[in-house]
Amino acid sequence: MPVAVETNEKFAAYAHPERLVSTEWLAEAIANGATNDGNLVVVESDEDVLLYETGHIPGSVKIDWHTDLNDDVTRDYIDGAAFALLAQAKGISRDTTVVVYGDKSNWWAAYALWVFTLFGHEDVRLLDGGRDKWIAEGRELTTDATAITPSAGYPVVERNDAPIRAYKEDVLAHLGKPLIDVRSTEEYTGERTHMPAYPQEGTLRGGHIPTAASIPWARAAAEDGSYKSRAELEALYLDEAGLVPGDDVVAYCRIGERSSHTWFALKYLLGFETVRNYDGSWTEWGNAVRVPIAVGAERGELPSAN
Amino acid sequence: MTTSQALPQALAEIVNDFKELEEADRLTLLLEFSRGLPPLPERLSNHPELLEQVVECQSPLFLTVESEKTDDGDVIRLFFQAPPEAPTTRGFAAVLYEGLDGLTAEEILAVPDDMPEQLGLTRAISPLRMRGMSAMLGRVKRKIANGVRPSA
Repeated sequence: MPVAVETNEKFAAYAHPERLVSTEWLAEAIANGATNDGNLVVVESDEDVLLYETGHIPGSVKIDWHTDLNDDVTRDYIDGAAFALLAQAKGISRDTTVVVYGDKSNWWAAYALWVFTLFGHEDVRLLDGGRDKWIAEGRELTTDATAITPSAGYPVVERNDAPIRAYKEDVLAHLGKPLIDVRSTEEYTGERTHMPAYPQEGTLRGGHIPTAASIPWARAAAEDGSYKSRAELEALYLDEAGLVPGDDVVAYCRIGERSSHTWFALKYLLGFETVRNYDGSWTEWGNAVRVPIAVGAERGELPSAN
Repeated sequence: MTTSQALPQALAEIVNDFKELEEADRLTLLLEFSRGLPPLPERLSNHPELLEQVVECQSPLFLTVESEKTDDGDVIRLFFQAPPEAPTTRGFAAVLYEGLDGLTAEEILAVPDDMPEQLGLTRAISPLRMRGMSAMLGRVKRKIANGVRPSA
């Protein structure tokens, strides 16, 4: 049974308001027992694998982007069978409403939501503002372990990557159409190959994919970690990046996590139909042989085709 | 690279404590360590310029090392700072603190570089996160090797 969609003025302006819930809405839903029967499952997904254990939203379950969602041998996401086991163990059925939240303006939560979407999970929403907003508002956290009742089952669904995930070959074929690079300015220009203060992931070349517009992901987030209003997002992606409604867009970052946050904004808040996240991102592109790279603050030209 | 030699006693006991546990319980133990990381003394917390950042760690981690004269000769004192929202980083800093603080420079320099992997956490926290942990030990050793500032 899907849980009713939240309506409020801010969300109503977005293309798909049903993809977000507010902290007020979630607190009330939990108080009303919506998480007791498996209709609503709240998932926390953070950068730090132990942050959930230091205190989490009562009744929420943890899904770790690295140890749960990535295959531990192949550099890829888990397959349908593994996802079915994971979902079932977390109390999630195919028709469960899943609300994801996390740290850092939901950067990892958006990534988890994107992976759920690869498996076609229909009703998955983001808690606007995530963990930080919940805490800033003084809402309840607990260190009590959540008593999870595994769901009756989750179907083994083959991942459908094509609509929302771009591989390197797709990006090469896409060149000439809009790309959004969501990394820091220093990563975009090629000054550095990893985030300030983050691990060096062994990328050999610095720079960006030629013609990509630089819109660091966090610019889509307000001070409190929630998404900016539709008007502010349009100023960012339409006016500044130059996207036009109807564009086919690819977003990328370093490993595809920050760009999931941007993917969500473009797809569900601004309503671009075709938005793909290139999760190979700069760790793949910056190491790949014979792909074009642009260096510096300019977007750069496409190499002439010959 | 120094590998797989004997560990100083306190650190060896910590490594054994981790090894004896199931994988999931190792994470819980790391969380307990994270809660025990002592705050910086005021003379350092008021002077962040005396600490340096370990950029390989996913979350901001700052550390410094000092030498202290004792009746038994000079020993090394370790100081770490990491925010509460980075419990994994804090946990590993606390392991190093409890295992190495108060040892001599020679003893710390002899700690094998692969010691972090001996905790058996790599699969539970992911190899990428483990890399930050190894970098932390590397930085401690490098700072000692480069000469340590006496405590103020």
